[in-house]
Amino acid sequence: MSTIAEKKSLTDQFLNLYRDRADEISANSAPLLNTHRDFAVKRLGQLGFPVKGSEEYRYADIESVFRNDLEKQFGENKVSIDIRDIFHCDVPDLDTNLLLLVNGRYYNDGQLIKELPGGIIAGSLAEASRKYPDIIEKHYNNYAIGSKDGLVALNTAFAQDGIFIYVPKGVKVEKPVQVVNIMISDNDLMAQHRNLFIAEKDSEMKIVVCDHSLSAQRFLTNSVNEVYTAEGAQVSLTRIQNEHNGSAQITHSFSHQETRSRLSASTISLHGGFIRNNLFVTLNGEHAENQSTGLYLSDKGQYIDNFVHIDHASANCFSNQLYKGVLDDYASGSFTGRILVRRDAQKTNAYQSNNNILLTDDAKMYSHPQLEIYADDVKCSHGSTMGQLDESALFYLRSRGINHRESRLLLMFAFAHEVIQNIKVPALQERIDDLVNKRLRGELSRCNNCAMQCG
Amino acid sequence: MLVIKDLVASIEGLKILKGVSLEVKAGEVHAIMGPNGSGKSTLASILAGRDLFSVDSGSIMYNGENLLDKSPEERAKEGLFLGFQYPIEIPGVSMVNFMKTAINEMRKHRGEKPLSASEFLKKMREKKELVEIDSSLTNRSVNEGFSGGEKKKNEIFQMAMLEPKLAILDETDSGLDIDALKVVARGVNNLKSPDSATIVITHYQRLLDYIVPDFVHILYRGRIVRSGGKELAVLLEEKGYELIRQGEVNL
Repeated sequence: MSTIAEKKSLTDQFLNLYRDRADEISANSAPLLNTHRDFAVKRLGQLGFPVKGSEEYRYADIESVFRNDLEKQFGENKVSIDIRDIFHCDVPDLDTNLLLLVNGRYYNDGQLIKELPGGIIAGSLAEASRKYPDIIEKHYNNYAIGSKDGLVALNTAFAQDGIFIYVPKGVKVEKPVQVVNIMISDNDLMAQHRNLFIAEKDSEMKIVVCDHSLSAQRFLTNSVNEVYTAEGAQVSLTRIQNEHNGSAQITHSFSHQETRSRLSASTISLHGGFIRNNLFVTLNGEHAENQSTGLYLSDKGQYIDNFVHIDHASANCFSNQLYKGVLDDYASGSFTGRILVRRDAQKTNAYQSNNNILLTDDAKMYSHPQLEIYADDVKCSHGSTMGQLDESALFYLRSRGINHRESRLLLMFAFAHEVIQNIKVPALQERIDDLVNKRLRGELSRCNNCAMQCG
Repeated sequence: MLVIKDLVASIEGLKILKGVSLEVKAGEVHAIMGPNGSGKSTLASILAGRDLFSVDSGSIMYNGENLLDKSPEERAKEGLFLGFQYPIEIPGVSMVNFMKTAINEMRKHRGEKPLSASEFLKKMREKKELVEIDSSLTNRSVNEGFSGGEKKKNEIFQMAMLEPKLAILDETDSGLDIDALKVVARGVNNLKSPDSATIVITHYQRLLDYIVPDFVHILYRGRIVRSGGKELAVLLEEKGYELIRQGEVNL
């Protein structure tokens, strides 16, 4: 009974907040985004907040991360920072076009929307909705709207801005666009940004998103990412989550893939007290390919939860999920991998694997493969492992003079590298190798030690 | 160099070694022969420090120090090398990274500077030629997808890279064709020096045509039942292990 009462109150709390501040929210956003709010609020009222123990949120205690008295800002950012102070990328190999997101709002460095070298258009989502209403109208909330998750409705109701990245038809850009998503505040803060990435027909782009916290306050982010990959487009999307362990992050990603499109998404979770990543992929045209990979390295009391849903809505598509993690101390986590193969999605190839190393008796991991197959001519497989480091491999390394700690690190690193090698940007792959190596060595305890050098 | 005295060892309460004594001096090559299940591999594992086995009594001294007090990596750093009967596949750990880490750990132990990238590559090249190992193998993960013969050659390659003082080769010859056998033997013979020693554990006399032992020991049911010169191996090959079982080995 008490959970239902709390759930209602949490929902009510936000419904009231919306009622009280709707004008301020809309005034600091853009008309096209505002048109979605009323419906989203209604939907939030119907769906409520996810409850721990429910089918989708079996282990994630969402209410606990919302319970803190977090400030919500709907006006301009109060923090004034100098981009050059915050970000100095001293990694010469990783040459990216940089966009900053501060506390959920696009950081205006003079241009709200810019055309990046190579032809990508990127900047503030709110501004984009004014400048390119046709594009935004066509895609904004088009992929997230069907979600039965109250948190997605919550985001749509409150989101005011975020990052917009658009690669026009036939344009292929090698240089990655890097989005650095920073939380920095004097008060505990909640932010809900909204990103929209669009790759038009036969285009190619690479995006790197880095999540960071730059002050020690408690942060909560509830963000939604919509990714549209048109016919023949190829998108590589890498996300590095490295917020401090007092922060909580909930991400919802909706990827819509058309015929022959290829989307490769990697989520590397290094730090963060509570992380829940929801990933929904719809393979909407034949011969679309999706590669979704994740790596999580958790210790102390971290909670990491990846929920993946791949919808094979067309025939002849391919999907592969590879999620791996190392859990130390009393860290806990969950992986749910859903593959839905619809009746007409014949000749589907769908694979899934989740491998975990538990370093202590107190570390916990739950793994749920869920396959729903309605077509009869498909190849699907799933596998899940829980284990310790291989003792005989450990002995083999030690017998060559490599000490115990170093041998363990080599094995953990090898375990993690299988995920990293899927990252399509070679320089980034190297940087992440380095980051993961440091993380495993415990040298990456604060995000300003991060080799991405965002702060 | 190595003095084993009355070694008694067991696994899960089952006694495998029932009082083994053996002395190996610098410059010597010893062969330990014996039928399956006689305790040969157990002895090799205990020497390398595998903690699957418990040493119930007896002692092992290595260069005047108690070997049993040391971790596997300390033993390796002090020059002990085990060539595995079944080398382990380690996906994701590259041969290059593996060898570089191992060599530099050992150099650090000896107070030497780590090898530079070019010094390391030069050394790799030399040793690869010595053991005739396919160049592409060292670009792969440790033993991953190697054939049985390649794995064994890789053990000898690692031995050549690490230049041990005491090498223990646990049935390195099993499963090898004659050409691979010769390569393995060449690796061992090349390493031979007045201040290093080798213990070759083998099932067959065949390897001993190429690696000539100074001493041959027959391990049977957890005890060394007979020791002699290289002619003991020849005799054993002629008459078979059945003879030991019947207590008929008379030299």
